[in-house]
Amino acid sequence: MPVKILTEHINVPGIDTFEVYRKMGGYTAVEKALKKMTPEEIVEEVKKSGVRGRGGAGFPMGMKWSFLAKPEGVPRYLVCNADESEPGTFKDHYLMKNNPHLLIEGMIVSSFALGANKSFIYVRGELMYVIHILEKAIEEAKAAGFLGKNILGTGYDLELVVQPGGGAYICGEETALLESLEGKRGNPRNKPPFPAVKGLYQCPTVVNNVESIANTPWIVNNGGEAYAALGVGRSTGTKLISVSGHVNKPGVYEIPLGITVEDFIYADEWCGGIRPGHHLKAVVAGGSSVPILPANLILTLANGDKRLMTYESLSDGGFATGTMLGSGGFIVMDETTCIVRNTLTFARFYHHESCGQCSPCREGTGWMDKVLDRIEHGKGNMRDIDLLVDVAKKIEGNTICPLGDAAAWPIAAAIRHFRHEFEWHVTHPLEATKPGAAYRGEMELV
Amino acid sequence: METTAPQLFKITFDGIEIEVPPGTTIMQAARKIAEADPTKMHLAPPAMCYYEPLKGSGGKCRACLVKVSAGSAKDPRPMPKLVPSCITTVQDGMIVENTTNEAVVETRKGIVEFLLLNHPLDCPVCDQAGECHLQDFAFEHGRVQTRYEEDRRTFEKQDIGPYVQLHMTRCILCYRCVFTADQITNKRVHGVMNRGDHAEISTYIEKAIDNDFSGNVIDVCPVGALTDKTYRFKNRVWFTKPVDAHCDCEKCSGKVTLWYRGDEVIRVTARKNEWGEVKEFICNTCRFERKKTSDWTIEGPMKVARYSVIMANKYRADLKKPEFGLKVAASQYKQIDDSRPFVTDNSTIRELSKENNAKANQRSLAENN
Repeated sequence: MPVKILTEHINVPGIDTFEVYRKMGGYTAVEKALKKMTPEEIVEEVKKSGVRGRGGAGFPMGMKWSFLAKPEGVPRYLVCNADESEPGTFKDHYLMKNNPHLLIEGMIVSSFALGANKSFIYVRGELMYVIHILEKAIEEAKAAGFLGKNILGTGYDLELVVQPGGGAYICGEETALLESLEGKRGNPRNKPPFPAVKGLYQCPTVVNNVESIANTPWIVNNGGEAYAALGVGRSTGTKLISVSGHVNKPGVYEIPLGITVEDFIYADEWCGGIRPGHHLKAVVAGGSSVPILPANLILTLANGDKRLMTYESLSDGGFATGTMLGSGGFIVMDETTCIVRNTLTFARFYHHESCGQCSPCREGTGWMDKVLDRIEHGKGNMRDIDLLVDVAKKIEGNTICPLGDAAAWPIAAAIRHFRHEFEWHVTHPLEATKPGAAYRGEMELV
Repeated sequence: METTAPQLFKITFDGIEIEVPPGTTIMQAARKIAEADPTKMHLAPPAMCYYEPLKGSGGKCRACLVKVSAGSAKDPRPMPKLVPSCITTVQDGMIVENTTNEAVVETRKGIVEFLLLNHPLDCPVCDQAGECHLQDFAFEHGRVQTRYEEDRRTFEKQDIGPYVQLHMTRCILCYRCVFTADQITNKRVHGVMNRGDHAEISTYIEKAIDNDFSGNVIDVCPVGALTDKTYRFKNRVWFTKPVDAHCDCEKCSGKVTLWYRGDEVIRVTARKNEWGEVKEFICNTCRFERKKTSDWTIEGPMKVARYSVIMANKYRADLKKPEFGLKVAASQYKQIDDSRPFVTDNSTIRELSKENNAKANQRSLAENN
């Protein structure tokens, strides 16, 4: 049975209450951190653990913490990014809903390590019931003396604020999140300066994903080396993967990083294989922003080795034959899926969610959406396919925040690997526009 | 005690070396080069959203993206992405490629295309035509044709206050007017609503802008989205004669440019520098209500420095030559075929004309039948 860091007690009845959570060994990390460790020691443990940011970019968390500027007399902030709104990703939602105290414990430990006396959890506005769960949990923790003034008699104060989000995907980008938290329009900021220097209210700020923060209690309790022993190479620890699509058992799974993709899809312990009578066609491995991969490339690397569920292995081969682990939104598609329609759905999402601040993303996402819509509805031509590739190239890397890249990558990748389907839509408009139609030509299925 | 001269950073911009104080942006360094030598005016990266007098502007339009091929003398690695020159500060030993880099030129073409996607291109009826930054930008950096076949977004025209009209359809969302309203007036009443390509500049629920400096949003607007209602459809900017003038004003510096058509002042604007940026903001009384020559002390003709359509009938020797036009002319130029016999004697001419007449008669007969 693989080690479970985040979901070990998640099925215990009443784990969302303080008593049960405490009985299962909760809040011991707070006691250990505040009474026996210095903030520097905690940062050092997190560095040793090699845990990488779970929000999508995979930046080493300890390194991010050590970049935090510490000028005298200026408050520092920790902000938890719970604005999870990427299509295909629903792990933070699951974690907060079922085990809110784990996040709160992580927030206390992390805030102490960073020297923050006021920390924020920015929760996606649509998840109002989760906000109520978190607020109830905070009240319980406060009543038990784990939050507020003079925590456990150590003299450390922490105020934890849950902030409902502004209702936009872009507010999950860290600088847009900070703007939104300040009460402004959620537009990403130009970088530099980075939040670690000038973040919330122009003060040094660390923004971390829910899952990243939820890992810290375990790291404090068991040490960074024990965490680093899990996983493979630079992908240490476990990762929550939210699986959706045509598998037998969709849901959220905590996997040790390093199992093979094939195992993950077909083993009974995880997804349990593709639904009966169908075959694997394609996978979007890390939420809608990462490039889609066809079945043969997701299961094996270009050199024939089996692909693993790690940051490195999934991005092996660059974007030509690889993808990214991203935020762990694992979308599995069988042969009944129309890749063009799927790409259109993503494009429409990014068109809707672009903040409209910088011109390539504002105009480009709308353009790609409209062109794809035309192709999908049988009114496209061959020129449009190359146009899409070119527009995606013009957006990629030229925008303020990564939303432009996130909009361009899935479209470029879908055309790179499934160009024949786009061409089929152009050449067979009558067949392609039938309800539920999907490409039926030659496909490499597994 | 030794006097320490402020340390200067040496950077190379398109092969030209210049020394600038730390904290300067790449854009400012490039403009310094152009100010020192007006023939290098075209080297400065274009700016659609950056506006030096407005704090926090820049970084949005991506028109000024440049390639940094060496970050600094200490760390000469190139920057992985193109960077916006208006907000990127220089480092000692930085090497910047602007017009010399293929990727930059190509990206800029893309930016023009993006900005024009939802722009109505109604220049023939737009008051801004002739002094429009988007027009200049598209002319200098864009491609000839668009590949956009879809519908453009449109908005209804809105009156914001008694003097300003907002034509949102033309807007390129540079946020300059938002910064202006934020920074030079004490009450912010307008901003951006919605998001993506359906975002719009709006006074909150169409609340009229009511303060003394609201007219400056017209001057900062790079396109014809915010126009002067006292000037709308009065004239084309290239037919008018700009004259610098001043008056004693209690509210502002009173330094303005008057735009004459004949003897009539048809428009008053703030004075702008060669980058199209307002030097000193002026109040609404100067802008909208003092429209008689007797209100003003005339200083002399305005120096038009910016290369644009306003220059059409105001020649200057140091202007950049229209390379594009010359290229087209060269490609269409044909050598006259002088190998034909040069006919001079009358009899041959008569013969030829007879022949031609006969042919013409036949043609008209055939057409009539």
